[in-house]
Amino acid sequence: MAEDVWILGIHMTKFGKHPTLDTVDLASEAVLGALADGGVTMKDMGVIGAGCLMATSGGIGQQLQKQLGQTGIPVYNVANACATGATALRVAIMAVKSGEADMGLAFGVEKLSGAGLLSGGSRKDDSGTWNPSGRYGAVAPVDGRIGTEIMPGVFAQIGMEYGHKYGGTSFELFAKISEKNHAHSTLNPLAAYTKRMSLDEIMGDVMIAYPNTRPMCSANCDGAAAAVVVSGSKLKTLSLEQQRRAVKISASSLTTDPWEEACQILPDVNTLTRNAATQAYEQAGVGPADLDLIELHDCFATAELVHYDNLMLCERGGAVDFFKSGATWRDGTTPVNVSGGLESKGHPIAATGVANVWEVTTHLRGEGGDRQIAGAKVGMTHVIGLGSACGIHILEKAA
Amino acid sequence: MAEQVPLVDYLVPGDNPHLVANECTACGARFFDRRNACACCGKTEFTKTDIATNGEVRAFTIVTFAAPGVPVPYVAALIDCDGTSVRANLVNVDPDPEHVTLGMKVRLATHSIGTDDNGTEAIGFGFEPLGG
Repeated sequence: MAEDVWILGIHMTKFGKHPTLDTVDLASEAVLGALADGGVTMKDMGVIGAGCLMATSGGIGQQLQKQLGQTGIPVYNVANACATGATALRVAIMAVKSGEADMGLAFGVEKLSGAGLLSGGSRKDDSGTWNPSGRYGAVAPVDGRIGTEIMPGVFAQIGMEYGHKYGGTSFELFAKISEKNHAHSTLNPLAAYTKRMSLDEIMGDVMIAYPNTRPMCSANCDGAAAAVVVSGSKLKTLSLEQQRRAVKISASSLTTDPWEEACQILPDVNTLTRNAATQAYEQAGVGPADLDLIELHDCFATAELVHYDNLMLCERGGAVDFFKSGATWRDGTTPVNVSGGLESKGHPIAATGVANVWEVTTHLRGEGGDRQIAGAKVGMTHVIGLGSACGIHILEKAA
Repeated sequence: MAEQVPLVDYLVPGDNPHLVANECTACGARFFDRRNACACCGKTEFTKTDIATNGEVRAFTIVTFAAPGVPVPYVAALIDCDGTSVRANLVNVDPDPEHVTLGMKVRLATHSIGTDDNGTEAIGFGFEPLGG
């Protein structure tokens, strides 16, 4: 029978600007923190899953080993857009689950301060002659000529499409989602931005791609997060304190977007998220009503809304009413993004899919300080990377 | 008249401009790019099919912050052309949420992108409000 897998140690750096630290410094801080938190060392690790999306050819896993310990274990450097961190974690989980290793390390790191638009952020000049190239035979750059490639615009349309299908959305509604996450961030000292913002401030800020203004977009910043996972049988040999603080990974799922009409026109972030959530609920044997907190991928305010529905936190088509009920505020029935979410905590891409696990783990351990969700026993993390990949983890407090 | 080329090869300019898709002969899935096989069913035979030139806006965004060299604001949209989804800009409409609405009816319209060093004109496309 496959092994149970647990979080033994976990750590995230402060998200924000770290001008004096490079990616290896940030990754090292996260990994050393996770190892210390778990009471283990690099020598105990049997596998590493590593992610740094902006440096996929650099071998970030081996670079880390060269600073912290070259023990000869397998390293999987992974890239899966904004799902990179969750993918790295899942690699370590799969290795432990299969019995290849009894402990594994996963980390994600990114340096993104001041990065601006990550897609569609530059456009080539038109050439001197119109020569067709690429899969569409385009004679000139198409971003801005045939729709948009910028992420704030892509995800704006995803939120607008939901509004068209079910009604009830507005600029103000999306801005209110952002208002919630910025309010939550005031309790998270590790968030890149911790300023509460009024609805007027959010709606009056610089418009990037209607209806997403700047504070409704994920914040580019530097950061890293790391986790040590352990098999259930190995955990039983560790100290009672290590066992007490261990958090069970009761589900780990990763999906890609199945073909649907329109999915190659506007990315379909819905179907693969719903599929990943369905798998995760089934693996864990829990339902949406059992979740005490959710960290979902609010890369833009418009995205958070659709994921209420995709993760089945509400009835199909009911995300607007669900949000309006106050359910997703930290004092609501289904707290979402109590960390402040990507809009204020920040989104150092590859770190995000491990950092959200750190957030949930912290609450399940009862170590959330001022922002602790009282009595949290079960939580979910969700990331989505365009292209697309969706990673979901469900975590449970040790019995 | 100067020679014309379409901005992308799935645009057919001329007197009755329209878009053309690669349609899978096995399952009917439609694609605008050059294909290796069908992402829906895996088969490898395609036929060209004309796409309806009228449609309905299913989603849009008004981009006001873009890469240097990309004129803003512009309206990017997802248009449902009789069951086939198309990505395009909305044109000949004021780029603000008072004039652009979900569900609005639109039709294909072409325009010049510019003329290259050989005097060849590139033709682009967008969708404009119907009846406006």
